[in-house]
Amino acid sequence: MSTLEKIKQIVGKQLGRDPEEFDEGTDLAEAGYESLDVIETIFALEEEFDISINFQANDSDAAGMKTVGDIVRLVEAEIAKKGAR
Amino acid sequence: MERADYVTCRIAAQALDFDPEEHFTAKQTVPLDRFAQMAIVAAREALSDSQIDPQSDVVRQAGVIVGVGVGGMHTLDDAYYRVYHDDIRRVHPLSVPRLMANAAASQVSMHLGMRGLTYSVASACASGTHAIGQAFQIVRSGMATMMLCGGAEACITPGTIVAWEALRVLATDTCRPFSKNRSGLVLGEGAAMLVLEDWDHAMARGATIYAEMRGFGGNADAGDLTSPDQDNVAAAMALAISDAGLHPSDIGYVNAHGTGTTMNDRVESAAIRAIFGDTLPLVSSSKGVLGHSLGATGALEAVITAMALRDQIVPPTANCDQPDDELGIDMVPGAARPASFSAALSNSFAFGGLNAVLAFGRA
Repeated sequence: MSTLEKIKQIVGKQLGRDPEEFDEGTDLAEAGYESLDVIETIFALEEEFDISINFQANDSDAAGMKTVGDIVRLVEAEIAKKGAR
Repeated sequence: MERADYVTCRIAAQALDFDPEEHFTAKQTVPLDRFAQMAIVAAREALSDSQIDPQSDVVRQAGVIVGVGVGGMHTLDDAYYRVYHDDIRRVHPLSVPRLMANAAASQVSMHLGMRGLTYSVASACASGTHAIGQAFQIVRSGMATMMLCGGAEACITPGTIVAWEALRVLATDTCRPFSKNRSGLVLGEGAAMLVLEDWDHAMARGATIYAEMRGFGGNADAGDLTSPDQDNVAAAMALAISDAGLHPSDIGYVNAHGTGTTMNDRVESAAIRAIFGDTLPLVSSSKGVLGHSLGATGALEAVITAMALRDQIVPPTANCDQPDDELGIDMVPGAARPASFSAALSNSFAFGGLNAVLAFGRA
């Protein structure tokens, strides 16, 4: 399964909706994300991909996570960092 | 802290000078988790400071209400590590009575011989404030002449901090309430206990009265799990002011919940502006210097509020070196400020949407 597909699964589970409703352009806030959804999703991503995402709830930009595509880029960057170590 | 390598966060407001051996015999220490030790020491100090005869009937009949956010986390952390990590399937026989959330209230009653209505209050970050509010109502109703009340917490353990790290709200440098460079909260530990006494009884024995407890307001957001609600937070303040028989313009100082998170800064300052309008009181947070000691913090801050009233000095918000003017409040950055005021509030807003506010008047 591709990174995007795995992330769609995580987002779908978080919102209790069909993952196929989402694509890279899906805006998370418009899809129903609230504050706790963000930290729960980051935890799910860290578990799924075995990565660490530097995120502080105090920052208003939510680690630059506005769309599903943002999550894909964030996760791929962390996976690349892990590979470089 | 033992097992610190499990933790990323490098800062906590620990009471490093608190040495149980200075306060308890080896035998006495055995059934006591650190949070109960701190509660007992604070209770001894409070009772001694009240100068009432500790053997008197009033003390014997007094109750103890202690706010506790989580309970005996040192006992729990150590025991779980031993069982799951060290694979030693045997823990100390007093593990359960050490870690129970009511241990602080029970142990204070046992150590000081108080036999009145006694229990713990658990409302996370508002526990200490709820405990004082409930004790206040008990004394005001005439049910007791004296109550000992406050809060205690000692949860600077690896397990606790890992869990707080997961919430992504811990500060990266230090706690900076109402400051533009805020980065979150800092966990703390400690205990504070107050003697609440019927006014006439206190006057008759010539007691030193630091402040008058005048009102208590509490409510629940019934909304978001972790984010405070502006309207309900404001309503809790209004309830406390009304219960005290006061008007918002009587309040000269608010000791804020002031955790140092962006969310709390915005919501709490907006609620204060909504309640006080053109007669904005001075507002400061004690968490910049004491951290957030969860179940204890409301009690620590109640003491600070009472002392601010007595001394007519508003304590500053420590570490607020870039005051966020957009919040529209005077958060007393820099240094303590002399002020003339007759009443003050102490705010606490807990996870789970539980708000509690105390109103104090100058004695």
